[in-house]
This record gives sequence, structure tokens and C-alpha cells, in this order.
Amino acid sequence: MTTKDLAGASIEVDGEGYLVDHKVWNRDIATAIAKEEGIDPLTDRHLEVIEFMRKEFDEKGAAPSIRRLNKLNVVPTKELYSLFPGGPAKKAAKIGGLGKPQGCI
Amino acid sequence: MSEQPEPIKKVSLIVSKGSLVDVYPALVMGNGARMEGMEASIFFTFFGLGALIKKTQNSLKVSTVGNPAMNMAMPMLKMPITMPFPTLLGAIPGVSNFATWMMKNEMENLDIPTVPEFLEMFTDAGGEVFACKLAMDMFKLTREDLCDQVSSVLTVGEFYEKSAGASIIFT
Repeated sequence: MTTKDLAGASIEVDGEGYLVDHKVWNRDIATAIAKEEGIDPLTDRHLEVIEFMRKEFDEKGAAPSIRRLNKLNVVPTKELYSLFPGGPAKKAAKIGGLGKPQGCI
Repeated sequence: MSEQPEPIKKVSLIVSKGSLVDVYPALVMGNGARMEGMEASIFFTFFGLGALIKKTQNSLKVSTVGNPAMNMAMPMLKMPITMPFPTLLGAIPGVSNFATWMMKNEMENLDIPTVPEFLEMFTDAGGEVFACKLAMDMFKLTREDLCDQVSSVLTVGEFYEKSAGASIIFT
């Protein structure tokens, strides 16, 4: 485990930069990670998706799949890909302070 | 220090067979490629076209004959994975339907979409779906027979042109 300076705080991250403890997350950390991932600015729409994912993670222990986000009308798949270009599930999880997604779909 | 290998940027998958288990791997791999930020396309040819035909794409079947690894499915019936499943049993009417039903249930439990929904998800993700022109001619199919997710009907040459720079994977 390593620590990383994010939004003025020293945060523990894994080898790929995912937060180790999702509870230390806040919007400033999200903005800092998003910038590194090439998403700038991080809009309310991004945060709406991320916060839903965090809520499901808290309740179920895993972030929702892209399919589930689409089915629950949180965000259509097309929009999700344009919000988080180049790997939406991974990027949204990373910015949201969650671990790397384990699903294949 | 060893040099980092170049990441894969683009994949072109080819599906030439039309059973349920022939079609899914390409959908999973293609969609997975988009999830990793790669460009992805799937070219359906010969019997693989069944996955694109509006009238048939919802009724692809699991084949229960000629597969010596059918024992792999035994745990779905709460039986040991080592239990053989002779191909003659697989030929009994209804067995393929039953296996298909069982497999579809299992997939739904794992949050795997149906074939039409998967094609929609893949194209919404920016993936491209192609149909083979030669196979369409052979099976007397027209563009109208195919689902909306098909972006074009291609000759082999056009498929290779579109696959420039891609890793081509024959599933």
C-alpha cells in the first residue's frame, strides 16, 4: 500500500490508485482523481452517478454494473461512456473512491 | 527494467457459429474491450448471423450433442462436474431446450444480458456490429431481416479494412 496526496490530504491507495478505504472519500478527492483520469471538470452529473454507485456499494458490498445503472435508469449506457470516456466502470469506481470493479460485464 | 508491452487498442471479433455458447464469448469479450476503453467490433458470419436476425436472435440454443465437455454443466443440476453426459442423451427431444433454459437462468443470475440486450449494450458502449455479406446471400437474408444494432453489411475485404490496426480474434 502507498499513500498519495489528494486534495491536500495523504490518502492510502492501492497499486493502481484506487482508494483503499472508500469511507475517506469526499468530493474534493473525487475532483483530484478525476483530473488525473482526464475528466475535468467533474460535473454534478458525474457525481450523481458516482454517488449512486457509492450508495449501492454501501448497501450491497459491490458497485453496480453498467447494465444495472442502465436498467435502474440511473444513467443510460451511451451517456455513461461519454461521461467517463475510456473505461466507464473502472473510472467511475476510481473517482468514486471504490475498489477496482471485479465483474466482466 | 523490462519494457512494458504495448496495450491492445482495438479488437475485431469474428463469430461464425450460432449456438448460444458460440455467440456469448464474443459479446462478453467485445463488450469487455469497450469497458477497457478499446475500440471493438464483432463480425457475424455463417451461422453466427442467427444472433443478428430479428426472428431468431431470441431463440439461440445450447447444443447438447457432440460436446464431450457437457459434464461441465452438471453442477447446475447439483451433480458432480465429473459426471459424463453422453451425446446420445443430448439428442433426446427437449434436452437442448432444457439445457438452454438452464443456461439462460444461470446467466440471468450472473447479470448477463440476453443476446438482443447484449447487442444493444455493446453498441451503446460504442462497439460496432457487422454482418457478413456472403453469408447473408447464402442464407437469402436482407438488411431488413437483421436487428437495428447492425451498423453495416461487409464483404471480407471491407471487414479487413475496418480492422486496420486491430487484433483479430476468431471465437
